[in-house]
Amino acid sequence: MSRILTFVFRRRGHGGRWHWTDIATWIWLIGGTILMFGPALWLVASSFKGPAQLAEFPPTLLPYIQQTAVVEGYDAPLPLYTATLEDGSVEVLAEIRRIGVNSQMVDPENPGERINVNIADRSPVREIGFATGNYVEPLVANNFLRFLWNSVFVTTMATLITLLTNSMAAFALSKYRFRGRDAVMLLIVATLMVPLSVILVPLYSVVNATGLLNTLWGVILPTVATPTGVFLLRQYMLTIPDELLEAARMDHASEWQIYWRIVLPLAAPALAVLAIFSVVWRWNDFLWPLIVLSQREHYTLQVGLNTYAGELNVQWHYILAMTVVTMIPVVLVFVFLQRFITTGIAGAGIK
Amino acid sequence: MAGFGKTLGRAVTWPLTLVARAVDPPLRVWQRWTGTGGMAAVFLAPNLAIFGVFVLIPLVLNFVYSMTGGTGILLDQRSFIGMEQYGRLLECEDYTRRITCREDQFWTAVTNTATFVIFQVTLMVTVSLITALILNRNIRGRGFFRAVFFFPVLLSPVVVGLIWRWILQRQGLLNLITVNLGLEPEVWLNDRFYAFAATVGVSTWAHMGFYTLILLAGLQAIPRDLYEAAEMDATPPMRVFRRITLPLLGPNFAVVLVLALIRGVQIFDEVYVLTGGGPGTSTLYLTQYIYEVGFASILRNPGLAAAASILMGAVLVVLTLLQLWFSRRAEGRRAR
Repeated sequence: MSRILTFVFRRRGHGGRWHWTDIATWIWLIGGTILMFGPALWLVASSFKGPAQLAEFPPTLLPYIQQTAVVEGYDAPLPLYTATLEDGSVEVLAEIRRIGVNSQMVDPENPGERINVNIADRSPVREIGFATGNYVEPLVANNFLRFLWNSVFVTTMATLITLLTNSMAAFALSKYRFRGRDAVMLLIVATLMVPLSVILVPLYSVVNATGLLNTLWGVILPTVATPTGVFLLRQYMLTIPDELLEAARMDHASEWQIYWRIVLPLAAPALAVLAIFSVVWRWNDFLWPLIVLSQREHYTLQVGLNTYAGELNVQWHYILAMTVVTMIPVVLVFVFLQRFITTGIAGAGIK
Repeated sequence: MAGFGKTLGRAVTWPLTLVARAVDPPLRVWQRWTGTGGMAAVFLAPNLAIFGVFVLIPLVLNFVYSMTGGTGILLDQRSFIGMEQYGRLLECEDYTRRITCREDQFWTAVTNTATFVIFQVTLMVTVSLITALILNRNIRGRGFFRAVFFFPVLLSPVVVGLIWRWILQRQGLLNLITVNLGLEPEVWLNDRFYAFAATVGVSTWAHMGFYTLILLAGLQAIPRDLYEAAEMDATPPMRVFRRITLPLLGPNFAVVLVLALIRGVQIFDEVYVLTGGGPGTSTLYLTQYIYEVGFASILRNPGLAAAASILMGAVLVVLTLLQLWFSRRAEGRRAR
């Protein structure tokens, strides 16, 4: 163990001496790790708790489920409690019903005799267990499966269209000389200044006029012509040598074939980065879907979650579980593809 | 696994390949007809069409909307009223007292946003800079820790908002800590001050990893030999920081500052989910004001929302121009 610690905390260079800055560094890093991952882990742990346990204070770290027992003479399984009886003995009893501060209980072994226990003298028998119903019920009953499907559809379609249209535009802007090329580039730079939040009202009326209101395409189309995507791909395509294109033209390849069979495969790394970004962007979109979609069956996960979380009586056990579901694709991207994103940002400064 | 991935990749691209093959013959005819110039137009057309319909036209329409009145969203239900909406937004009897303004909600949103931006950007830049400096040291597992701070950046704002709403509620994790410290539990988001602080803290938590990455890239571009020379001369660390690190990081630092400002002004999603603008209007920020006036409230007024968004847009344009200018300088430095 101590060898592992020495290995982890060994400093490069400077021999083995510790400076106060090294200590500060590790406090910052370890504290940061807890702060960055802790809330999400707490969410996951909470999402497996039942409604009663969620209302408890202080909260427990792990999810527990109250044990129940089938007792002769009763149809439904009864919840089990450890009760302290009047004579001081402690027994595991099943509760039949609660009347005021008294609980009517029965010994599962001996169901004939009823025992009255003050509710202060009993505590539930619990075992670590997962309230999986939190996940199953909203997916089945509260159309979260529908929301999930809508989100998947929007993300996939938007990403495919983004990749196609952006790469075509980037190809034209990097491999052709034509009049007005600089004007087009400037126009695209200019859109960086027009975030969606500035054009909400007129965009809504345009989407309305094109008949896309309350459809998933109304969510998809306004987001796909991203200036950052065109930039990223154009920068990459500029590095593809023009000689390759010339050689293909000698062999009577059409311009479309050159784009499709030469430039696109060569730009695969940049396309992959854009695809990852696009998936995360579109999966996480909130404000625009919130405005365009007003019927429940069209909601994406983000909008559906917000609607259920905004109700007067928030059903936290469902909300937490569905938040975890919403988080899953992004966590997968983080675990497997995080490297592509971080290098993408460090290189091009995009988000 | 690799074989499966390849098969899956082929299954996805196969229909696309068929389409690509099908469009080739007509495009060949077009190419013979118009030359490469015509092909450039073909390649640009889809992107520019979408861009024109969903960005350019709305951009122009925004000005039209801001000069019309009425509650209808379609333009033919609206009447031209000139600059009245702007007048309504900006008119106050006494400019030192928000209450006397005709649209006091707008002024509340503006002052809230300004306060938010000041606190959030300061906190964001400070925390990101410290983290970047620490990650730039010779530490084990740098890649791991860089990823750690980046994790919340990927989370959706709705997820971020809900995670923290859950932590800050009455039976939440934060109250567990306060109670253990011997303090009273608090319903954090029902308190004006704490709710505001939560929006600042949570949005910083969610985005600092992004700025850390940019700053780290800037730090790593600083030539090592400068530091070695400083070490030879036994320069004190604070002076190394002031004389080498800060000036050479300058342009990147400016980019981060302006980017954080731009994002801060537009803050909406996570705050809307976290506090909904409350309690009262204490965390009502500009984008939420626009959203509510334009869409959500019963007495909606799209013209007023458009006017407010144009005023916000003007601020953003200035900030973006600054950003472009700074990032060009940062790039120039990197090339040198």
